[in-house]
Amino acid sequence: MSPTYRSNARITGNGKISAVLLALILVFFVSGCKKKVPPPPPPPPPAPAAVTPPPPPARPEITAFTVEPSAIERGQSATLRWAVTNSTDTSINQGIGAVQSQGQRQVSPTQTTTYTVTANGPGGTANRSVTLNVSTPPPPPPPPAPRPPTLSGSELLAQQGQDAFFDFDKSDIRPDARTALTTDADLLKRIFAQDPNFIATVEGHCDERGSAEYNLALGDRRATAAKDFLVQLGVPADRLKTISYGKERPQCTEATEECWQRNRRAHLSPGQ
Amino acid sequence: MKRTIPVIALCAAVLLCAYSQTVIKITGGEKPSIAVPDLRGAGQAQQFMDAFNKTLWNDLDNSGQMKMVAKTLYPTSVPQQPSDFKPPAAGRSQGPWLTDWSGPPPNANYLAFGYTAVQGNQLVLFGWLYNVQQPNTSSAQLIGKLYFGSLDEGGARKVAQEFAADILKQFGATSLMGSKVYFVSDRGPNRNKEIWSMDYDGSNQKQFTFYKTITTFPVVSPDATKIAFTTFGKRGQEILMHSLETGRKLSYYNQNVDVNAASDFTPDSQRLLIYSTAGGGLTQIYVTALDGTDIHRITNSGSIDVEAKVNPKTGADLVFISGRGGTPQLYRMSMDGSDVERLTNGIGDVANPAWNPDGQHVAFAWTSGYEPGHYNIFVMDVASRQYTQLTHDGRNENPNWAPDGVHIVFSSKRGSSTQIWSMLADGTGQQQLTNQGNNEKPVWSKATP
Repeated sequence: MSPTYRSNARITGNGKISAVLLALILVFFVSGCKKKVPPPPPPPPPAPAAVTPPPPPARPEITAFTVEPSAIERGQSATLRWAVTNSTDTSINQGIGAVQSQGQRQVSPTQTTTYTVTANGPGGTANRSVTLNVSTPPPPPPPPAPRPPTLSGSELLAQQGQDAFFDFDKSDIRPDARTALTTDADLLKRIFAQDPNFIATVEGHCDERGSAEYNLALGDRRATAAKDFLVQLGVPADRLKTISYGKERPQCTEATEECWQRNRRAHLSPGQ
Repeated sequence: MKRTIPVIALCAAVLLCAYSQTVIKITGGEKPSIAVPDLRGAGQAQQFMDAFNKTLWNDLDNSGQMKMVAKTLYPTSVPQQPSDFKPPAAGRSQGPWLTDWSGPPPNANYLAFGYTAVQGNQLVLFGWLYNVQQPNTSSAQLIGKLYFGSLDEGGARKVAQEFAADILKQFGATSLMGSKVYFVSDRGPNRNKEIWSMDYDGSNQKQFTFYKTITTFPVVSPDATKIAFTTFGKRGQEILMHSLETGRKLSYYNQNVDVNAASDFTPDSQRLLIYSTAGGGLTQIYVTALDGTDIHRITNSGSIDVEAKVNPKTGADLVFISGRGGTPQLYRMSMDGSDVERLTNGIGDVANPAWNPDGQHVAFAWTSGYEPGHYNIFVMDVASRQYTQLTHDGRNENPNWAPDGVHIVFSSKRGSSTQIWSMLADGTGQQQLTNQGNNEKPVWSKATP
């Protein structure tokens, strides 16, 4: 069995040579007889050699193309993995471009995206796609309600304190001053609650028309009247000081009733 | 304090001896007329004679005591020393003579003359005052004196002031020599109010306090040794007392209250009148020791009382401003707070009373006849309550009398800024003394010993 197999194998292996030899023998035999007989018709063309054609190049094959996970929320990322054979160039769309025949890549698209890997080779082209689902995340929780800005007592007084205005040469609390001081009383209570050490000063001011000396006393009278009113509204008296600036610290200096009125006032400022 | 009184007495005695000559009384309202030709200086002294002559003339003119004979009326030949006078012989002029001045055109009663020279690097003035109505030079001479000053313009002004003071003394006028005006100024980078001082003619302005806040309401003791004022600190107003002799701060105890301001010293310079909320409630009048202790309440009204000024002659009564009748008005009362009477008629606003040294007249600021804020200076004879208005332009406040009782210094806003002016007690001779920043609350003090 074994030699036969070997011989067969040889023949099989040298198929072309065998066919040529056979053809030569046949030619010699025929020509040797020619002289005696009419020449035979030309030999038929040699039978096509029974040779196996070379195998065609293999088609590229995408052995793997996955995205993991296949669904993300916007802002998260996923991993594309791929493996390609028989490919001379491989690329992935969606801006990734040329890649190695095997690899992985982090992606984090902002919306659902289908990635397609394209493998080109002598054997053709292969595609495969995967889709990465991107869901829009729920809107971020609203930022915590801004805590009321912690303004200092001085800042609060400067921003929200209201002056109480007076008539010429008077220290009576007018209706508009009543309103202003009521607002001030609430403000002061809040400030005192926030800052247990806070002391407020009620300043008394006058317009320029009276004498500086008399206005010193009048400014004190206004400051005291405003303080008394605040105390009536529950502001602790021991946290209110009074000071008179007379007409020494005017807000404005024009000789008009509007300016004079601005200067006839009780004003809250931080104490010492 | 106690040490200065004998010194003052000694000075007074010396002055009395020096001027035991006849003191000329001004009678019938007729002012004596005086000729003051420009004096000349020998050599180096001449360069300072412009300053000298200007000062001499202004001091005499501004005194309000003299009628100044115009220089254009003077004879061409001006004597420089007594020996220049030559009596006419046989009705013919031999040189300068008294009648050149007493007769027309000058028609002068008096002649001031002399010259200056340099002696031992000092400026020396030889000054004479003649009564040219007299028949001869020996009876004519009222003053013949040497005056010494430094060899510069300041020295020339000084000897001129001294000569003028001696001349004025002859006519019963108190000399303003060396007197100072303390006032409040906001000149300077931060517009802080500080106390300043100047000579009575506006020269020599100097900053006295440096508290860098609001420092105001100055009052000076009658003996010119102390000044009190109010400073606005972080805790409110405080009265501060300084020595005028050393400039140093003296101790003064303040009541821990909102309003504290000084308004006057008593005539003996031993106590301080203040207005304060010391008793709680409204601002009232108190009197304290010089260190703030021993406080006594004088008024007890249901309204604002400020600006008490003690009668400098009696020391027993005072004028003050009160709102007890409505608008601020001028009142008078005894030192113990009794016998209160209103002096002004209830119209307008009154402020800033100031006693004349005579203890009979009070100058004050009043809006009578004007809108609120439009003050003018008035003078009232307290006994009769007769008053006259002295100013008519701008806003005029803070009148204060010169030691001579003839001049008034005051603040006036005529335009965009408030400045210090002086004038005579009849409102004439108004002169602006300051021009930088705003200046107010002048106090005219005699010379500090």
